Amino acid sequence: MSDEGTIFRVSGPVVTAIGMEAGMYDVVRVGNEGLMGEVIELHGDKAVIQVYEDTSGIRPGEPVRNTRETLSVALGPGLLTQIYDGIQRPLPTLEEVMGVFITRGVDADAFDLERKWTFEATVAVGDEVGSGQVIGTVQETETIVHKIMVPPGKGGIIKSIESGDFNVTHTVCTLEDGTEMQMMQKWPVRTPRPYQQKYAPDTPLVTGMRILDFLFPLAKGGTAGIPGPFGSGKTVTQQSLAKYSDAQIVVYIGCGERGNEMTEVLDEFPHLIDPNTGKPLMNRTVMIANTSNMPVAAREASVYTGITIAEYFRDMGYDVALMADSTSRWAEAMREISSRLEEMPGEEGYPAYLSSRIAEFYERAGRVQTLDGDDGSITVIGAVSPPGGDISEPVSQGTLRIVKVFWGLDAGLARQRHFPAINWLNSYSLYPQSLNQWFRDNIAQDFPEIRTEISGLLQVESELQEIVQLVGSDALPIDQQLTLEVARMIREYFLQQNGFHEVDAFCSIEQQYAMVKAILTFQESAKNAIAAGAQLDDVVNVPARSNLIRARFEKGYIDVIGEMVEKMVEEIAATVEEN
Amino acid sequence: MSGKEYRTITDVKGPLVFLNKTEPVAFGEIVQLRMSDGSMKNGQVLDTSNEIVVVQVFEGTAGINLSTGVKFMGDVFKLPVSEGLIGRILDGAGRPRDGGPEIVADQKDDIIGAAINPFSRQSPHDFIQTGVSAIDCCTTLVRGQKLPIFSASGLPHNDIALQIARQASLKGSDEEFIVVFCAMGITAEEYNYFRTDLERTGALENAVLFVNLADDPAVERIITPRLALTAAEYLAFERDYHVLVIYTDMTNYCDALRQIGAAREEVPGRRGYPGYMYTDLAMLYERAGIVKGKKGSITQFPILTMPGDDITHPIPDLSGYITEGQIVISRELHQQGIYPPINVLPSLSRLMGSCIGEETTREDHKSVSDQMYAAYAQGRELRGLVAIVGEDALNERDKQLLDFSAVFEDKFLRQGRDEDRTIEETLDLCWNLLSAIDLKYLVRLDQKWIEKYHPDNRE
Repeated sequence: MSDEGTIFRVSGPVVTAIGMEAGMYDVVRVGNEGLMGEVIELHGDKAVIQVYEDTSGIRPGEPVRNTRETLSVALGPGLLTQIYDGIQRPLPTLEEVMGVFITRGVDADAFDLERKWTFEATVAVGDEVGSGQVIGTVQETETIVHKIMVPPGKGGIIKSIESGDFNVTHTVCTLEDGTEMQMMQKWPVRTPRPYQQKYAPDTPLVTGMRILDFLFPLAKGGTAGIPGPFGSGKTVTQQSLAKYSDAQIVVYIGCGERGNEMTEVLDEFPHLIDPNTGKPLMNRTVMIANTSNMPVAAREASVYTGITIAEYFRDMGYDVALMADSTSRWAEAMREISSRLEEMPGEEGYPAYLSSRIAEFYERAGRVQTLDGDDGSITVIGAVSPPGGDISEPVSQGTLRIVKVFWGLDAGLARQRHFPAINWLNSYSLYPQSLNQWFRDNIAQDFPEIRTEISGLLQVESELQEIVQLVGSDALPIDQQLTLEVARMIREYFLQQNGFHEVDAFCSIEQQYAMVKAILTFQESAKNAIAAGAQLDDVVNVPARSNLIRARFEKGYIDVIGEMVEKMVEEIAATVEEN
Repeated sequence: MSGKEYRTITDVKGPLVFLNKTEPVAFGEIVQLRMSDGSMKNGQVLDTSNEIVVVQVFEGTAGINLSTGVKFMGDVFKLPVSEGLIGRILDGAGRPRDGGPEIVADQKDDIIGAAINPFSRQSPHDFIQTGVSAIDCCTTLVRGQKLPIFSASGLPHNDIALQIARQASLKGSDEEFIVVFCAMGITAEEYNYFRTDLERTGALENAVLFVNLADDPAVERIITPRLALTAAEYLAFERDYHVLVIYTDMTNYCDALRQIGAAREEVPGRRGYPGYMYTDLAMLYERAGIVKGKKGSITQFPILTMPGDDITHPIPDLSGYITEGQIVISRELHQQGIYPPINVLPSLSRLMGSCIGEETTREDHKSVSDQMYAAYAQGRELRGLVAIVGEDALNERDKQLLDFSAVFEDKFLRQGRDEDRTIEETLDLCWNLLSAIDLKYLVRLDQKWIEKYHPDNRE
């Protein structure tokens, strides 16, 4: 047995090799063209390989060579602003080499190996450094300092270290034991990177989307699932999160989705400004695009490539947010490979290990103490595309069992053009308990109580709506009619948000709180006015209220809300005297 | 490759032939089978190993026996392409069907096609005017888009597709589209209808037809759309044409896919369709688009009939996840005698936002389109309420909206099969119809457009 074998069988993306010494997940080069593949099963002297490129024209008898490496990503300065395919080949480089169509058998370095980066050492000769400790920094983009760390598992006393301009493969530091360190390191994608310990999340990931931040908050280091049928706005929601959430680093995985959508992101992001730093969004973003027509095995790998990059930035002490759109396509890639392996299927043809793979993936999220003692987090937000919008299917169920936040998209709301089409009745978040203290300290003491009040009102509305469907709203008592009005205001003024509007797309939590207070003030004063004899119609139609609602599209809205609410209260009070 | 002919068939099952003891055969290689009567069939290698080779036969396996000769052609399936394709009618396997000569090839292209690098794509933004109000106003078509028609049996989707093919034009330009028409498993009658209509309007001269009819081998349907798209890619990206690909019926294609999956004893996904159907459909639909540095474009109009009018059936469902929107045909509207019976409520064009507005259609387009949609949606919802409580129980606003929904269907949706409305005509029509509703109920219209376009404010 040696590292070289020959092809025995080819069946779509699955190739069997014989006569080759191999271990599980070894990366191999298949055929005369050297296509990249990964060993996924062993039977005696046969190794089953999933190939990341199209296998047409490959025949038995061609050579297979084991590289003796597992599927790894390159980590170092140059990751940010880059766009990769599922196995970390930069798409711009692929375009240079093969033109606009992706052909095969082309290798590309994950980043420019010639480019010089300014390395500044933060430790000195004679210092003892441990696994994962920071030894120096590179200003990678305007806003992000890239920390160069001792690769996990290494450590010792520094023999030499130099600051200056180097490329990523230049040895910048050596240890007494002879270990050489470069700015670039590699890490196998299927192995989580180590950390010291996990903490419970206690800070919200501020997204600027009212329904998410206010009703169903997500914590930094948390996990969320967004299931929804087609056309309900999964991708728009994911993109909004990538644009406006207050993470320091964003990893966006377009997994098995539309090519034009990735193009849109690529066109748009360089021109967008990060509301938190005032600098271009691309500076903090890494993108992975493996569209639906690109090879499925690479789609399977793309999710791991993304999360490993996210872990690397987490280890530097950053808050990272990772969006995977869509995890269903990832699951389908697993199903396709599994079916080629003729494995015994579980539910709906998915492999029996589907739910454990989903769980393992989401478990790589979390807020941790890094090896260097810093605090870092990965928040994972996975879109799910359930067939027919029915979330009883295995991928949705596997996801819901593990994630703590469920943002359920609703085709009905999308059809009414209520965006974001997140259903407030069946969505949930399990984080409020751990985040309430943060909200009390940073926004308002009564924040959690107000949240409960709002969701209560929406619940009451849905019950009343059932009656209205039967008898019409005029048949309800006046206080219930008022409740309907207030709930409508919550829906149309607060929950609806235009993700494409320059002002409305991002709403700070302070402003969210002020808007909700305005709604409750309206409810309060309307109740009083009606009790004093005012007509509901008059109360609802005071001009100050519609001004208040319309003004949310203006810049500086938060500064004028207070004033506008006072005006509204006065006008409502005046309706009593008219009668 | 050597002209070696094997007579080592061991099994024949459905469309598949199994044989052993061959030289190494490439995955995806083209195969020729010679029957005992001398006739030929074509196939493709689906699985290859040192022991067994599995061949999928396109023309069906009737007449194949254990002594049938099998020849491996040493190459994957390629289509000869040149501008000579334009004006031709080919069968589902790419052979002339119009009695004309073989295509003289400029080059031969692999029919599987390669994925377009997402980095090399260009965002579509050129408005295509179809002359159909419901589409132009509410689900605007963009050059480079893939927008399927979700229909069902017995509905006039073919008429709508033909009308679009006839009328589609880029606003303010007389550039013609080349129509690539791909028929999969449709009846001879439907095919004749398409062909006659294309001939009648002279469009046939600017079209390429790939035709696999209902009585042609089902397995051939797997390659028919790939041939059509290969021709389209050549014309668009090598010869700078704007290509409109119409394929019908995707449901027959998916059924053929299921047939092969079953013959291979694959583990089925939902409703017996193979688990890789999403990827397979994506390999067709994703071949639409515009790429940087090329003048041409591919716009796709797949037609599919939803079994049992069920939009959650795997075929429309998986399509909807890949395509950039959908146009949904409604049986209810059709039965009311409305043509085109497009239900705008579940219909959607995802790329619409990028192609409407002052510079492309008209400044008020978005505002008007939102208002038309909202008012119609509310009016339709009220019909349910009226059925329970009666029309008298409605307030003034609801009455107006209810009336509007009827006018919307009668005046806005309904148009002639040859009626080609410009976008201005469509939008003016919208304003006229909306003017029946009090302005205070039309909250989605911008004040500045009301002042400029509302009939009350116009001469």
